[in-house]
Amino acid sequence: METHSAFLLAAAETAEKAVSPLLTELAVLVLAAFVGFQVISKVPNTLHTPLMSGTNAIHGIVLLGGLLAIAHADGFLNKLIIVIAIAFGTINVVGGFLVTDRMLSMFKRKPDPVPEEPES
Amino acid sequence: MTATAFFQDVNFINAAYLVAFSMFILGLAQLTSPTTAVRGNKLAAWGMFVAVVATLLNPDLDGSEFLLIAIGLIIGTAVGIPSARNVKMTQMPQMVALFNGVGGGAVAFIAWAEFRELGGDLSSNLDVGVPLVFAAIIGSISFWGSNIAFGKLQGLISGSPVKIPAGLFVNMGLLGTAIAAGVAILLGAKNEGLFILILVAAAILGNLAVLPIGGADMPVVISTLNAFTGLSAAAAGIALDNYALIVAGMIVGASGTILTDQMAKAMNRSIGSVLLGGFGGEAPAVEGGGGGETGGTVRSTSAADVAILLAYARQVVVVPGYGMAVAQAQHAVRELAKALEKKNIEVKYAIHPVAGRMPGHMNVLLAEADVPYDQLKEMDDINPEFGRTDVSLVIGANDVTNPDARMKADSPIYGMPILNVDESSSVIVLKRSMASGFAGIENPLFYNSKTQMLFGDAKSSVAEITSELGQL
Repeated sequence: METHSAFLLAAAETAEKAVSPLLTELAVLVLAAFVGFQVISKVPNTLHTPLMSGTNAIHGIVLLGGLLAIAHADGFLNKLIIVIAIAFGTINVVGGFLVTDRMLSMFKRKPDPVPEEPES
Repeated sequence: MTATAFFQDVNFINAAYLVAFSMFILGLAQLTSPTTAVRGNKLAAWGMFVAVVATLLNPDLDGSEFLLIAIGLIIGTAVGIPSARNVKMTQMPQMVALFNGVGGGAVAFIAWAEFRELGGDLSSNLDVGVPLVFAAIIGSISFWGSNIAFGKLQGLISGSPVKIPAGLFVNMGLLGTAIAAGVAILLGAKNEGLFILILVAAAILGNLAVLPIGGADMPVVISTLNAFTGLSAAAAGIALDNYALIVAGMIVGASGTILTDQMAKAMNRSIGSVLLGGFGGEAPAVEGGGGGETGGTVRSTSAADVAILLAYARQVVVVPGYGMAVAQAQHAVRELAKALEKKNIEVKYAIHPVAGRMPGHMNVLLAEADVPYDQLKEMDDINPEFGRTDVSLVIGANDVTNPDARMKADSPIYGMPILNVDESSSVIVLKRSMASGFAGIENPLFYNSKTQMLFGDAKSSVAEITSELGQL
């Protein structure tokens, strides 16, 4: 079993080397762009502010960059820079999602006199 | 393969990212409807949680780094939660700008740290080098640009356009400097000074690019910078070989661009003209020409008169604008609407797409005051209604009601879709003074014979009308 998975891993590595990783990444990049265009183009004006805030929170994903970079950071300054980056990224994520939630919670419908879903 | 090895495997981590992406995309899709938006935002937030946990499984991380990570996460959370919790609804736009800025700053810092880790050698691996330089430039522009946008909306910096002599040339020079320094590094110059030059030139560019833009255009700027930060995150993802950054960053880059375009269109502005110069810069010349023609008489009225007018109306349309936000008048407006509804008068709210400082700004404020969602009408739905509306109550809105946008071809806002309040039987404009709106132009609506002005703070004016109404 161990040798089998080792073989598979080696095969996967060879396969990965056959296609340039950069090209794969660019392919993913382009597809993600199309997804972004499609998802957003359907949003009503009303929700633009929360939406901007929501997408804003999502680019807080840069936080992960800090988590990755710190693994190979040497020296005080490098570590300091990355800790600041992690803190900034966290503010972006936590603040972004919370603010969006606050905005959206105001859109909540008041309990309707007639329940929307039939109760059975 | 042991359990630990399984979870720390790069394939498992990437599989977890795939789950996170699905949650982001579904979350964004749900954000497109008011009934599912809350859920969508939560879903995206959980997606972020999954992505963070998956990244922490990275086998390269060991004990000592977890302490530093914890410090970063704790500081970020300790700053992020209270600022998001305590911000007033009127200050949402600048809060978004600020959160966007720190995101850009994080990208710039990561790029700088990576440069240092590589010993300044970006030339031997351009797959990493090019995106790093890109991330540094865009991240730094986004950080500083967002801070200026925050300063303008918060009133720390003058909201009116600041003219910078030969601004375009200076900005191009700064961009050129940043790119030239980047190219030098990519060609093999292992000089940290050059990298800092990139960051600084981009920082000055971020400042100078946003300073000349007027306050009214700030939403477009923030949205642009939001897209920029997304792009820079995607670039950092390519440099770090991390799919989560690439996908999430690019989705934001794409969506931010769409959003920017839609906002600019609603204001009848192109993104280019917003970014290249302020509204106010060109306005005074037009104002001089327009003032003479429109300069009729302005009729001012009293709260008691407005109350009487409203009491005999069948349909009243409230047109809120930034003035309502500034005066925090939304609750007072809701009270007035309740009083009117008690008299069987139909109340609707006309929401211009760019009323306030951001699309949806008015919806958020009115929703805070418990205004039923279905009374908020978008421009295309409400415009045909003005013809059978007895009273339009314009509260702190100006440019979005300016008939010049329809009729006066040389007006800077000509062609911008507006709310046709002048079609209703009478118009009450609540305003602090005769000062012009953010576009800096005259509004002939105020001189219309159907229009009466009620000067004063919107909140106390509305409250006064409500109490007068109660005495009728």
